[in-house]
Formats: sequence, structure tokens, C-alpha cells
Amino acid sequence: MNGVHDMGGLECFGPIENGPDEKFHHDWERQVLAITLAVGATGTWNLDQSRFSRESLDPSLYLSAGYYGIWLNALESLLLKHGLLSQAELNSGKAEPTFKTVNRVLEACDVEATLNRGSPVNRPATTSALFSVGDQVRVINLHTPTHTRLPAYIRNHTGIVHKVHDPHVYPDTHALGKGENPQWLYNIQFNAKELWGEHRRQHDVVHVDCWEPYLEGI
Amino acid sequence: MTKKTQSSADHTVNPVPQDQKQRASDGSHEGGHDHSHSHAHHERDHNHTHEHGDHDHSHLDPTALRVRSLQTLLLKKGYIKEDTLNELIDTYENKVGPRNGAKVVAKAWVDENYKNWLLTDATAAIASLDFQGRQGEHMVAVENTPDVHNMVVCTLCSCYPWPVLGLPPAWYKSAPYRSRVVIDPASVLSEFGVTLPERKRIAVWDSTAEVRYLVIPERPENTEHLSQTELEKLVNRDSMIGTALASPAELCT
Repeated sequence: MNGVHDMGGLECFGPIENGPDEKFHHDWERQVLAITLAVGATGTWNLDQSRFSRESLDPSLYLSAGYYGIWLNALESLLLKHGLLSQAELNSGKAEPTFKTVNRVLEACDVEATLNRGSPVNRPATTSALFSVGDQVRVINLHTPTHTRLPAYIRNHTGIVHKVHDPHVYPDTHALGKGENPQWLYNIQFNAKELWGEHRRQHDVVHVDCWEPYLEGI
Repeated sequence: MTKKTQSSADHTVNPVPQDQKQRASDGSHEGGHDHSHSHAHHERDHNHTHEHGDHDHSHLDPTALRVRSLQTLLLKKGYIKEDTLNELIDTYENKVGPRNGAKVVAKAWVDENYKNWLLTDATAAIASLDFQGRQGEHMVAVENTPDVHNMVVCTLCSCYPWPVLGLPPAWYKSAPYRSRVVIDPASVLSEFGVTLPERKRIAVWDSTAEVRYLVIPERPENTEHLSQTELEKLVNRDSMIGTALASPAELCT
């Protein structure tokens, strides 16, 4: 989706505020982190659906809410969409005597093991990779109206395959609940000059992980 | 988080600092009751007063009330558990932090075999030190050399290698960093007080997939006499993101 979350290359946001580095600026941010992880562990939606929900927020809200504010708004939206809470409940704060059955409720004693396990997204290869290290590839002019992990700043640009990862779950379909649809993942190296023009430092490079459907051979 | 507190943040056996304990117990107390009605009223009544009380804003800040109301609803519905929330917060506030990554880097500095393993299979090499899992399932380590300086970003959200660095600092998640580092990394570095030789190539790694990047900074000069444990102290968090260099040897004393 062409959205404000896709920020690579914008220069309008001013200096970086590299001030004191508290992980949390408000106590409620701790709770949002924990609630998001705990509800996520119910398995009602996947990480790509979660990201899609954050990207779908109103642009002005996305740019002003802060990191955990984005999480909070997206979480409420997912809870509504998946029927875990109703709008009336969110408005009133009063729980109705109904609830949706979830796959799993994360227990405190399982937190460490669950976090340590993580959720690997590499999958066994069922096809051969189209590209090899050193190949020149072009990023296609893909404008996906829904979730994608193809940043706009590399579209139509040419790069070199730096590394071939495993096939990974494909976020573009996973975010729509259409299955994992694993695709080969590559690390592509782009020259700064190719991406940003002649006046940039010529020898700098940018590496971006790209799934095979984002790429074409040259 | 200050550098001083970082250095002890990775000891999982450390007692929870008193103020964190207090915070956690506050949270559990408040979350356990149904204040949703009064919160909704507070929100309307005090909408314009929240900026006055920095330290007790939990009673006034509309977002704090909204979060507490949401938490209460989810607890009542049985989707989440209160002690689970406390455990999650304790994990990321007190147990997991950049000292984990510092152990990885210091080991790579002193052990060539380990460094080679780290550069070829970072996920396994890092897991051998017992750091693994969520947001670090697929790790890649990139090494700074006299020719290359690496920097990590996530332009699309804020992906970050949690098992080795903990939760990201505010600036990493901010629009100015996410947007500019791919187009003008040298200017970003200069804002962090780092100037590189003109000939040195900057390589920026945009974390668009579930692959997470850890920068291995260059080992500072005059550190041959230092032990691995002493070297760990020189590996500051930002040096593993690529917005700083490892700290000079004097800082180890």
C-alpha cells in the first residue's frame, strides 16, 4: 500500500531526536506492548495482518500517535475486525457477557519459552531459486493496494543479488489471510547513485530484503 | 536508558529495581478492578489537565485511561492474563537488552572462529550464547571494516533485533531516522557525532523482511590487553545499530 509508513527517502521530518533513551515515555506504553504481545499470542491474527492494520491507520494519526500509539490504535482495530471486542464495549469500557473462543491464552509461565521460540518464517524449498548471488535484477513497478514489504524507493531500480535466503512466508498474501505462500527471499544491494542520483556519495550502498515476486531478471 | 543502567540490564537474575516493582504492582492492582466507568468520566473531565502532572498522569492522561480500559476488557473476556502482562513487561524492561549483543560482539572480537560462524550463520552463533527468539528468528551479522561502515534501519516500521538489543530506542522508531538514513546516511551519522573518512563506504540495511541485522563494530585501537568481559563494556548499543562506533578503550577502566 502506498502510505505514509513507507518513509524511505523522505527528507521532510527534520533532525533526529537523539535524546534520553527511555524505552517507554509513558507507563501506558508498557501495557500496550504487553497487551499487544499477549493478544497476538492467541493466534487470532498474524504479524503481517498486524502490520497491515498499523499501515491502514489515518495518515495524520500514524504520524502523530507515536510508536506505541500506533500499536494501540491498530490493536483496537484488529480486536474489532476479528470480533474479540465490539465497538460498544470499546466505547463504554463495559464488557458484554459474550466472548470469542481463541486458540490459546498465554500463561505467565510460558512467556519465556514462547518468546525464545519466536515464530520463524523460513519454509522448506519446493522450487529452485530463480536468482543467484551476483545476478543483476530489477525491482518491478509493483503498487499493491494492500500490505506489501516492497518499499517505494526501490521500485524500478536495478540491484545485485547479495545473498539468497530461504523461502520465507510471503507478507503480501499472508496479510490478507490467504496463507503463507512462501517465496524465495533475497538480499539485494543497490548503489546509492542508482537510487538517489548523481549527487549522492557514489560508493554508498543500500541493502533491501526482497521476495522473488518483487524482482525480475535482466 | 542510560549507559550505566544498560550495563546491568542483561543479568536475568538481577532483582527488579524497586521502582519497577512498584510500577508493576501498581499496574496489576489497577488492572484487576473495573474502573472503566470512572475512567471514562475522568477522560472527559480532565481532558485538558493532563499536562500538569507528569508523574501521576496515569490518573489523567486520556490515553492511559483508554489503555487501562482496554486491558480491563481483555482480562474480563479471558483473552489475556494479568501475570502474563507483568512477565512480558519484566522481560523487555529488565531481562533483554543491548548487553546481550555486546557479549556477541566481544566474543567475535576475541574468537576468530566464532566471528566466522557469526558471519555465516548468525542465528545459530547467537543462539549458542542463549539469545534467540521473537524478532531475532533470522539473524544476519554485518561486520564493519576499514572499508565499510554498516547501519541498520527499518523504513517500513521499526523492525529491530530484540533478543540481542532489547526494545528499540525512540529515535530508531522515529520518522526522521527511518526516512533519511537510506538516502543520506552520512548526515544521520554526523547528527550522532560520527564522521567517517570520505573513502569509507556506508552500507545501509533496510529490514524489510523477518531478517534482523546486527552490526559488528570495529574493535577499538589499543584494546589488545583487555579481556572479553572488559571488551563488552566498549560495545555500546548504537554501535550495534551503526549510528556509533565502539567506545574507546579508556572507557573500560
